[in-house]
Amino acid sequence: MAKTRVRAGPKATKTPGGPVTVFVGTRKGLWCLTSDKARRTWRLSGPTMLGCVVHHVRLDPRDKKTVLMASRTGHLGPTIFRSADKGRTWKEATKPPAFAKVPEGQTGWVVDHTFWLTPGHASEPGAWWAGTSPQGLFRSADGGVTWEGVPGFNENPMREKWFGGLKDQTPDGGKMHSILIDPRDKRHMYIGMSGGGVFESVDQGATWKPLNKGCLALFQPDPDPEYGHDPHDVKLHPLQPDRLYQQNHCGIYKMDRPTARWERIGTTMPKQVGDIGFPIVLHPRDPDTLWVVPMDGQAVWPRTSPQGKPAVFMSRNAGKSWKRQDAGLPKSQAWWTVKRQAFAGDSRDPVGLYFGTTSGEIWASRDEGTRWTPIARHLPHVYSITVAEY
Amino acid sequence: MRVFLSTHFQSYSGGKGAVEGRGATVADVLADLERQFPGLRFRAIDEQDHVRRHVKLYVNLTSIEDLATPVGPSDELHLLGALSGG
Repeated sequence: MAKTRVRAGPKATKTPGGPVTVFVGTRKGLWCLTSDKARRTWRLSGPTMLGCVVHHVRLDPRDKKTVLMASRTGHLGPTIFRSADKGRTWKEATKPPAFAKVPEGQTGWVVDHTFWLTPGHASEPGAWWAGTSPQGLFRSADGGVTWEGVPGFNENPMREKWFGGLKDQTPDGGKMHSILIDPRDKRHMYIGMSGGGVFESVDQGATWKPLNKGCLALFQPDPDPEYGHDPHDVKLHPLQPDRLYQQNHCGIYKMDRPTARWERIGTTMPKQVGDIGFPIVLHPRDPDTLWVVPMDGQAVWPRTSPQGKPAVFMSRNAGKSWKRQDAGLPKSQAWWTVKRQAFAGDSRDPVGLYFGTTSGEIWASRDEGTRWTPIARHLPHVYSITVAEY
Repeated sequence: MRVFLSTHFQSYSGGKGAVEGRGATVADVLADLERQFPGLRFRAIDEQDHVRRHVKLYVNLTSIEDLATPVGPSDELHLLGALSGG
């Protein structure tokens, strides 16, 4: 695979540009924050689907109108809602992701919730990918109205070996996430599984190979297993698609393909903070700039802000060094966590950053993390933050 | 037969809490409901044809899990959200 950059990428818009929309998926429904052109003031609207868990919301970057929402109500199970008007009105998918029915007498898989949504390659309008809990991969060819399982993953005889047993999963079930499409080649994809690890396909999901070497899995006796890892969030840089980053259960990592070994870049984080966390956000125009939100992963894994002092950490040199960015954030006694889909950036210059907390706060920075301001409070537990720019 | 739907399902039934369904088994009645109210069946029954974890089906006063349970015109089917919380 040649190491190349992609020419077309997110267009930088010098502030002031257009308004920014932030979709806030929570444990109790969807809210929406819309800014003014300067991103100084924000208007909160919602809820939509009150009472439903909203795991992920994504705008289709190809038509800039279609929005999909992965939703689950406590009683009624998982589904996907689709908006054709930027989130104003919603209609349920007629055939949501569901595993194949097995013959009578056998135990089949049941989708508990759709956890992740990824718009398909730019050359395939209407194509979408979805990752579920338990780990399953689904594809829609009609803009999210109907979904089919991807046999190369869902029926792969290695699938259950890859993600292990009940004790190898996240507390509310294993997750398929971080479905990444190479902008140069629609057949080239990556996925992340918690648990399971990172996997790569070069034939649009027909076959998969693990891509975890070099990455710790401290919950296994094998020091360098082939699979079974816990990548919390994997990102591919849109302008340099051979550059991958991941925030893993066991550190922060980088990989430059065609290398197939992860390099831990989180050891340069302050020791009292560590390099455990959930989300990772990349600068849309600089492959060496990234942000993470560390959490306490020491001893018994409290999964809170380290010492109750939340901070974002930014690297401008692909992890060689990190800068703490906590101006405006609480200085003590703030014990929230930021989940893997709950941190995102816009495409403006300077980049705007947005994260949501397990305590229902939304924080924003319009200067690449230099200063943080709360733009919403008292919302339910935040599961996802996604940015839409029309 | 008369089919009663708890509030959870009523976004699929046009807001109705009681509807009519036809069939000789619970599975048949659910298929008839799906024809009338697309999407309703999958909210109660998963892809392996099992009653969802937080849904309960009753024929008259009896909780059932077997979709092959026979029913007659004078029976009542209840689709209820289970007590799944505090």
